[in-house]
Amino acid sequence: MAAASTLKNMTLCLTLVCLICAAVVGVAYAVTKEPIDAAAQAKTTASIARVLPEFTSTPQEGSIRVGQADYKYYKVDGAGYAIISSTSGFGGLLTLMVGVTGDGKVCNTTVLSHSETPGLGAKCATDERFLSQFRGFDPAAKTLAVRKDGGDLDAITASTITSRAYALAVANAVEVFNQLNKGGQGDE
Amino acid sequence: MSKWHFITDGFVKNNPTFVLVLGMCPTLATTTSAINGLEMGLATMFVLILSNIVISLIAPKVPDKVRIPVYITVIATFVTVLQLLMQAYTPAAYETLGLFIPLIVVNCIVLGRAEGFANKHGVGESALDGIGVGLGFTASLTVIGLVREILGSGSAFGWKFIPGDGILAFVMAPGAFLVLGFLMVLFNKYLAKK
Amino acid sequence: MEYFLIIVSAIFVNNILLAQFLGICPFLGVSSRLSTATGMSGAVCFVITLATVVTYLLNQYVLVPLGLTFLQTISFILVIAALVQMVEIILKKISPSLYQALGIFLPLITTNCAVLGVAITVVTKDFAFGGAAPHMLNLGQATVYALATSLGYGLAMCLFAGLREHLAGCDVPKAFRGLPIALITVGIMALAFLGFSGIV
Repeated sequence: MAAASTLKNMTLCLTLVCLICAAVVGVAYAVTKEPIDAAAQAKTTASIARVLPEFTSTPQEGSIRVGQADYKYYKVDGAGYAIISSTSGFGGLLTLMVGVTGDGKVCNTTVLSHSETPGLGAKCATDERFLSQFRGFDPAAKTLAVRKDGGDLDAITASTITSRAYALAVANAVEVFNQLNKGGQGDE
Repeated sequence: MSKWHFITDGFVKNNPTFVLVLGMCPTLATTTSAINGLEMGLATMFVLILSNIVISLIAPKVPDKVRIPVYITVIATFVTVLQLLMQAYTPAAYETLGLFIPLIVVNCIVLGRAEGFANKHGVGESALDGIGVGLGFTASLTVIGLVREILGSGSAFGWKFIPGDGILAFVMAPGAFLVLGFLMVLFNKYLAKK
Repeated sequence: MEYFLIIVSAIFVNNILLAQFLGICPFLGVSSRLSTATGMSGAVCFVITLATVVTYLLNQYVLVPLGLTFLQTISFILVIAALVQMVEIILKKISPSLYQALGIFLPLITTNCAVLGVAITVVTKDFAFGGAAPHMLNLGQATVYALATSLGYGLAMCLFAGLREHLAGCDVPKAFRGLPIALITVGIMALAFLGFSGIV
């Protein structure tokens, strides 16, 4: 039933299959490219809207090197900066978006991705008591660290390492903001 | 009888999870909740049906020696299409399932059905087999997810009915093995009774 | 220091079998005897490390410059399949004794999702160890990561095979015989490995 396994048949068959498959994938890529970009865009915009006060202008993407790491940020005219900041938590990378308003205060934070322990560290994405501490946090007046480390934040119960990582990520974002603000004033 | 048994076989007699014990990795990794299990099952079913149909069509033309590479290419193509579609239209699900979407390529169920069923049967039967096995896989994953979700987070399909945390170990790695092990015991008991 | 953390993390904390659920099928399939388990671990070690290096280079120098990263899945699996075949042929020629030891496991490895899983993880995920800034792994780190991950695979596999050899002599209730009791044993092992989490 099957065609004979001669070299010619095999080469022909594999080439044909690969060509057709490449065409199918190519078409699928072309068709889905726009929706994929739109979905990513929508997600970013939603996150920015969550961490910054209401804005009407279009966020502008940028990146900056502070210390040893590169940070991606979105500049929103009239609202402030939304900065993406990652640190290593308990289970892996913890990535946040931190909104900092023009006066240097943290407006709000949101978790973009994490791999913390469910029910313990994973609460950093949902625990209202922990998250509310960052809203309107003024880094000039208080210290961005958990109480155990001499700061002004209450850690999530039984998840000090995650809380520490969260605080560090926010502190790094504030540092990025300070750098951006310095540079920004020079330009304008 | 007709062709109905091609679908029902996938649930009990050929249940991919509890009888054939295939595709264990996504079964264990993505069943932290009933919804996740359901999504993973549907994603696998999509690839399974399409690859079954295409492979049953091309099988008679493919020389024997390059059979497996051809099948893998076909399966990988559908997985890539699925990846692109999910990124575009269900980005949230794509993010939760993560690595396990591309890994459908090496899910032994898909290659197993291609090699064990689709290349010997017609298009219609292969499509039905894809649906049956796919549904069986989806059902098993959803059940495992449901059990883990109830024990681990006190909720079912995201609806929380027990306040508090639940037994955390069940949403973590060990719970996956334990739940699957005990469900398999129940399944064996049920099969032995019949 | 970073290399050390990568190794500890890959072997114990994020053990590929017990925490990431990759490569479970061959794990359950060949772990009933210690000797086959060691053979399989050796073959997996070899293929994972080699495949990761090759796919890393492919991704870095072909797919990324051409903007074709959406072809990762399809190209990686083909490369892995071809690589496994090649390794098999070369081993047969160069070292028949090694081929004897690893040979029967090699064809099984193409569909071991640990291989594809590690290859994809290495090129898509950011890593951060010991407070360093998150970054993609470079080639050296990727190689060490792949090697350590596969050592973790081997460790879990051999430990489990040892347990299973003992289980074979036990009086297990009928419905639990075979895979169910094996899965429950792995579950308890995974609980033990949870103790490592958070040390890196």
